[in-house]
Amino acid sequence: MNDMTKFDRFVGLNETKISAQGVNVFYGDTHAVKDVSVEIAERAVTAFIGPSGCGKSTFLRCLNRMNDTIDGARVEGQIHLDGEDIYDPKVDPVQLRAKVGMVFQKPNPFPKSIYDNVAYGPRIHGLARNKADLDEIVEKSLRRAAIWDEVKDRLDAPGTGLSGGQQQRLCIARAVATEPEVLLMDEPCSALDPIATAQVEELIDELKRNVSVVIVTHSMQQAARVSQKTAFFHLGTLVEYGDTGQIFTNPKDPRTEAYITGRIG
Amino acid sequence: MTSLAFFVLLLACVVGYWINRRGAQAIRADGQRLHSLASYHGLFSALMILVPVLTLILLWLVLQGPVIDRLTMAALPEGALDGLDSGGLQLVLAEIKSISRGQIFGTPEDWKIAAAEHHVALKARSSALMLGAVIALAAAIMLFARSRVGAEFRARQGVERIVSGLMIFCSTVAIFTTVGIVAALVFETGKFLSLVPLREFLFGLNWEPQIPIREDQIAASGAFGWVPVMLGTLVITVVALTFAVPVGLLSAIYLNEFAPQRLRSVAKPILEILAGVPTVVYGFFAILVVAPAIRSLGTSLGIDVSPNTALAAGSVMGVMLIPFISSFADDALSAVPRALRDGALALGATRAETMLNVLFPAALPGIVGGILLAVSRAIGETMIVVMAAGLIAKLTVNPLDSVTTVTVQIVTLLIGDTSFDNPKTLAAFALGMMLFLVTLVINIFALRIVRKYREAYD
Ligand SMILES: Nc1ncnc2c1ncn2[C@@H]1O[C@H](COP(=O)(O)OP(=O)(O)OP(=O)(O)O)[C@@H](O)[C@H]1O
Ligand SMILES: [Mg+2]
Repeated sequence: MNDMTKFDRFVGLNETKISAQGVNVFYGDTHAVKDVSVEIAERAVTAFIGPSGCGKSTFLRCLNRMNDTIDGARVEGQIHLDGEDIYDPKVDPVQLRAKVGMVFQKPNPFPKSIYDNVAYGPRIHGLARNKADLDEIVEKSLRRAAIWDEVKDRLDAPGTGLSGGQQQRLCIARAVATEPEVLLMDEPCSALDPIATAQVEELIDELKRNVSVVIVTHSMQQAARVSQKTAFFHLGTLVEYGDTGQIFTNPKDPRTEAYITGRIG
Repeated sequence: MTSLAFFVLLLACVVGYWINRRGAQAIRADGQRLHSLASYHGLFSALMILVPVLTLILLWLVLQGPVIDRLTMAALPEGALDGLDSGGLQLVLAEIKSISRGQIFGTPEDWKIAAAEHHVALKARSSALMLGAVIALAAAIMLFARSRVGAEFRARQGVERIVSGLMIFCSTVAIFTTVGIVAALVFETGKFLSLVPLREFLFGLNWEPQIPIREDQIAASGAFGWVPVMLGTLVITVVALTFAVPVGLLSAIYLNEFAPQRLRSVAKPILEILAGVPTVVYGFFAILVVAPAIRSLGTSLGIDVSPNTALAAGSVMGVMLIPFISSFADDALSAVPRALRDGALALGATRAETMLNVLFPAALPGIVGGILLAVSRAIGETMIVVMAAGLIAKLTVNPLDSVTTVTVQIVTLLIGDTSFDNPKTLAAFALGMMLFLVTLVINIFALRIVRKYREAYD
């Protein structure tokens, strides 16, 4: 809890990176996200917490339009990135996703080599001028995701052959390699041991310097440790959103209090 | 009588089941714990009766015919069969049998009528004997099974053993059939190779199987080199795949990734209809539409095109293979986990990049497996090429020329006047053997690739 207060000082300084107004998401007839409005700050970490099935992942996927790829999913409302409506027909979701990276709840490395997994994003976006450049990006990304030491001798081995936790860190490296402006992380540490978790949290802390990070987590401690802003979702609605310190020490809504003290969930 | 035997069998099974179950229930009513449920005791008895008695009935039915025939012939009066060869003996037997069925032509000799009566009597006796044997065996087994009923008796394991024995039997039936087919092929091929040397068959460049099949016919001496025939098969297969692979793959990719749901729901069933068209109909299409079209296009371009071309047969075969390849590729693409697609899209890849760099490579082993299966189908395909490819074996790779294929040659060698001891007919078996070997190798290849692909995401 000490760390938390340390970060609190920065919150007021940041401008809004993403602003969502009255977002509703439907899967066919299921109303999964109900009228959610959130301002996500630039160069800060925002945590989404809430019980399972309350729509955290669904809302997260709205922010890089990944819900477009789901048959029958419908998104209503306004989401602006740097003041630009991302659901405007003029916006190319491909370019949006290059700016808004994502780490999924379940690790999903490509059935390619570890190197190619990380190099994929930089390759399709032309981020590297030559092979040496690419090598450097790959190494840097793997280092940031705290997996370099484990895989540096077998970059040609298939990424699918790694353990679950290693795969997840590989996916983090893959997302970081494209240098996104916003990184959406859906429970990135659910498959990781405490040491790797600490390393990923360190990465998030470091990313915060030039990236907006949105992290979904089931761990209150993690939310308290890494985030400056916390949003509590319950049954598809955004119950409470505020500074992390305030949410955890002085929640306004009784449901938030019940959840963080472990009475609902 | 036979149906009576089956009825007895059924009755015995039901009664055996009932008796054993009652026995087991009585033990439980006495307060003892049964190892197996009462119904397993019943089933044990029923199965114990069913298997041996059914075997007895079937064996009896198979064997009684020859045995009765023997007895009938043996009982004929001395001298009646003198001077008859095996064909004559068969004729006499057939006549006696038809008399015994009441079909009398002309006025048969008295001894034949007597023999027919004897035949009828033998049959009746055999049926009665069988019924007796069935009843005796069923009763004996029923008593034995009943004697086994007890608290400790492991009836469930007994039933499981019998059932698994039955399953093993059923699965070996398929294996034995395959072995039988292969053995027949090998046997006939061996006979062929004793007439035509293996070297000539494997490496000969001429295929002219027009040899005399009777002493008095005049014809060339014939040549049996399979190379031109196999080459024809290969040319047609290559032509077919040149059409089918790109079209099938691209349609699968389009339907799987890019097509709107509505189009997909219409296009997939249509492709499946294409897969259901009988190959004879494709053959019509080839000779009536495609071959003339190619010919007239060729003449208008000043190219000499023969009326039957490898191109016509191959392209129509390609059309036949499109749904095959397309549905295989579609399945392989659909089997790629959604998460992989999402992963690529979330990195900012376009749908085309996702398909090209992630989905297609991931599905490639499955797709290759499908293509190899299509190859072995193309090689084995008969009807289209019989109708649309030529008959003369030419050593050519020109798709505008007429070629013949292994399957066409097998068909032409085996229709019409044939006797099974000359090289012309036997050559069909040798060709069949080679076809079998080639498709076997391709299938093994395909299966290995498909298996590897199964391991990819588990
Ligand atoms: N692809 C989908 N199709 C239909 N319904 C869906 C789909 N994805 C999610 N849902 C529904 O939307 C609701 C919210 O799901 P979501 O995955 O956003 O929950 P979550 O908060 O991320 O839960 P968890 O913490 O378990 O990951 C759930 O009721 C779920 O059943
Ligand atoms: Mg989730």
